[in-house]
Amino acid sequence: MPTLTNEMMREIILEHYSHPQNKMTPSNEYESVHMSSDNCIDDINVYVKINDNVIEDCLWDGVACAISTASTDIMCDLVKGLDKDKALYIIENYLKMIHEEPYDESCLSEANAFQNTSKQAARIRCATIGFNGLKELIDNEKK
Amino acid sequence: MIMYDVYKLRQEFPMFTNKIKMQGHPLVFLDNASTTFKPQCVIDKMNEYYLYKTSNSHRGDYDLCYGMDQEVSKARRLVAKFINAEENEIVFTSGASMSINLIAYGYGLKFLTKNDEILITEAEHASNVLPWYRISELTGCKINFIPLDEQGHLTCENLRKVISIKTKIVAVAHVGNVLGYVAPIKELAKIAHEYGAIIAVDGAQSVPHIKTDVKDLDIDFLSFSGHKMCGPTGIGVLYGKYHTLDIMDPFLTGGGMNSKFDMCGNIKYLNPPSKFEAGTENLSGIMGLGKACEFLMSIGMENIQKHEESLRKYFLDKISDLDNIIVYNKDASTGIITFNIKGVFAQDEATYLNSKGIAMRSGQHCAKILIDFLHEVATVRMSTYLYTTKEEIDYVVKILKNGGDILDAYFN
Repeated sequence: MPTLTNEMMREIILEHYSHPQNKMTPSNEYESVHMSSDNCIDDINVYVKINDNVIEDCLWDGVACAISTASTDIMCDLVKGLDKDKALYIIENYLKMIHEEPYDESCLSEANAFQNTSKQAARIRCATIGFNGLKELIDNEKK
Repeated sequence: MIMYDVYKLRQEFPMFTNKIKMQGHPLVFLDNASTTFKPQCVIDKMNEYYLYKTSNSHRGDYDLCYGMDQEVSKARRLVAKFINAEENEIVFTSGASMSINLIAYGYGLKFLTKNDEILITEAEHASNVLPWYRISELTGCKINFIPLDEQGHLTCENLRKVISIKTKIVAVAHVGNVLGYVAPIKELAKIAHEYGAIIAVDGAQSVPHIKTDVKDLDIDFLSFSGHKMCGPTGIGVLYGKYHTLDIMDPFLTGGGMNSKFDMCGNIKYLNPPSKFEAGTENLSGIMGLGKACEFLMSIGMENIQKHEESLRKYFLDKISDLDNIIVYNKDASTGIITFNIKGVFAQDEATYLNSKGIAMRSGQHCAKILIDFLHEVATVRMSTYLYTTKEEIDYVVKILKNGGDILDAYFN
């Protein structure tokens, strides 16, 4: 994917914030995790359906700010259809990007739009709440 | 009357004279309901303990220790004077939360039964809700809510609707931390007493901002924190009428609060307030808090209140022609202004303000009242103090005009 300009990153975040395609409450065959934060208002559930090691679907719902809404929604797009290890690789690299460590940007697609999160350090939790939730779900499934 | 010179006052605060910046902008601190800056005199007083007066209180026979006892007494007298109480009615705690827990466990747990009731409101801060829930769990007493009126005010009329002879404690804030309304405490206290109940007032948001006279209000308890009134963190106060303090149990037991005990379990506690101050206290904090009271009294609480009220009017006038701002408590009189920018999630707005150097709090503050009265899941809260200037308000208004461009915070 070509290097994103600031304008493109803004558009990506705004689009997923205004029209989150993966924000819905699924049937109860999904595994879910509740994620909330002690320093912000975000209060979401992440849902995942895993079959034969493959993430068939990933959704979320709840109350969330622009940054957590858009980042969680993009995450759902990214991991759908992937096997668990690939999803974990994406999560790992996304978290590295957020924490300003070297990372593989080629796997993050639209999630690269959050590369400036560290400018507003208080919001790192918002940009990672969905990713951390999904990681917890996959890790629990492994056990 | 002495002229209120906000610019001169600011010179006493290192957080201003050190020209602290946030995100490259001069810091505009408007989260004073959360905590406040400390003047140099308070910092010096705290350091005095560590630099010249380090010793324990009421433990030794030497001069240094005697001097420390004098300092603690002096601070207690200053706090008592500040709220018009007696010196032996002032208990030092770690803050308002501990003060309320002390009432809950020391008074509530001792005197309430399953037939009794505690009245609170939906607008209370968690620290004036959760201790009462614990007492309800432990004693079986009921928690009931005094209904608020349509704007979220606590009224005498509504207290009368729910109070009964079962009511033993009325626990309410003098000034709410979300909407900033001043409750009619004196009248509420009178009604509570008519029914034989006590009134425990959460003064965390009132004592730092409006003149508080516990005798005039005739309240049984008042809790407040030092750090919200130019004082240190980790120090607070529980005021209680002496008789009430005398009959209640200590919350913490240990050194410094007993006069004798033996191996058979015979124990004699000291009299209030020492009875409630087990262990070595926050001595530096106590000295700093006394100085903070002195500092506020030297300015005059009436002057502080007027200053904040005038800033509030100034802000509301300035934004009256902006249709992108929704203010939820226009009719309040204190320095708390709760608002949202249309179409912007509160937390995103607070981040945008952060990127411009403005410190404000976004949050649910108190979930219940927001849902019932504001029909919003979250709001932004601006809160002024004695050192807030009109120029800061001008800057905030300028920034709020563009308050919808929230992603600027990440792409500047």
